[in-house]
Amino acid sequence: MKVRVLIRPKEGILDPQGKAVERALPALGFDGVRDVRVGRLVELEADDSSHLAELCEKLLANPLIEEYEIQEIS
Amino acid sequence: MTFGVLQFPGSCDERDALAACKRVGDARMVWHEETSLEGIEAVVVPGGFSYGDYLRAGAIARFSPAMEAVREFAGEGGPVLGICNGFQVLCEAGLLPGALLPNEGLRFLCRQVDLEVISTDSAFTRGLEIGDCLSVPVKHMSGRFFAPPGMLDEMEAREQVVLRYAPGQNPNGSSRDIAGVTNEAGNVMGLMPHPEHAVDPLTGSDDGLKLFAAVARAAAHVT
Repeated sequence: MKVRVLIRPKEGILDPQGKAVERALPALGFDGVRDVRVGRLVELEADDSSHLAELCEKLLANPLIEEYEIQEIS
Repeated sequence: MTFGVLQFPGSCDERDALAACKRVGDARMVWHEETSLEGIEAVVVPGGFSYGDYLRAGAIARFSPAMEAVREFAGEGGPVLGICNGFQVLCEAGLLPGALLPNEGLRFLCRQVDLEVISTDSAFTRGLEIGDCLSVPVKHMSGRFFAPPGMLDEMEAREQVVLRYAPGQNPNGSSRDIAGVTNEAGNVMGLMPHPEHAVDPLTGSDDGLKLFAAVARAAAHVT
């Protein structure tokens, strides 16, 4: 199965990367964009879904500072 | 007494750490594939970019064979000092509380900072005085110490916050100006500043040496 994992900084945690992108947008003429958050996307193929949450908790995300979302694509 | 300085692919401060250790004792490098810390009485996890810092700083290094040995060593009360990337590795490994996030200002920082000693109840600050000021350089991209407020309160109550940036000198947005923390037992410590780069007045300060000297004393007590 193909899996996509989305990893985001937890709500409430300052994301300076998102802030930098947000500040750059008006300079390019893109107004009206707010709350930019930059995360990570991991794509992988797995035999089954049994260990996906565990591998996210143990490696792909740091649960103290990040939240993750597992999307099974096919 | 003998220090072991871990060396991962991508470490870059291990030689300075080794030189600093040798000022207060014997020291040898420990390659990341080594599984035994036999004969080693204190471990330094040095700065750099272990395994390229892929995924998150320190996230991959924590699974190395040498880190398994360090986990065991720390569990038995052995003193472990994580500096910069080493601090990130120890947090990722769960040997220290909290996490290190990208600097508030997004810039790589390289400057001398003053650190205030908050607790002397650790293997690395024992013998110092509370309120002592240490002049030590920082150089990092992801040094913003973070822990949820409840965890910070508990850490402060247990005297796990051992070093803070002096008032007005927090360079990276760390929670409560925290520069260095320990585990509950006080034998594992991590800090973002680089004491191994401040061991000779020639380079501006030898305050960093005090932490290594304290580690040496602590190791002497263990054996």
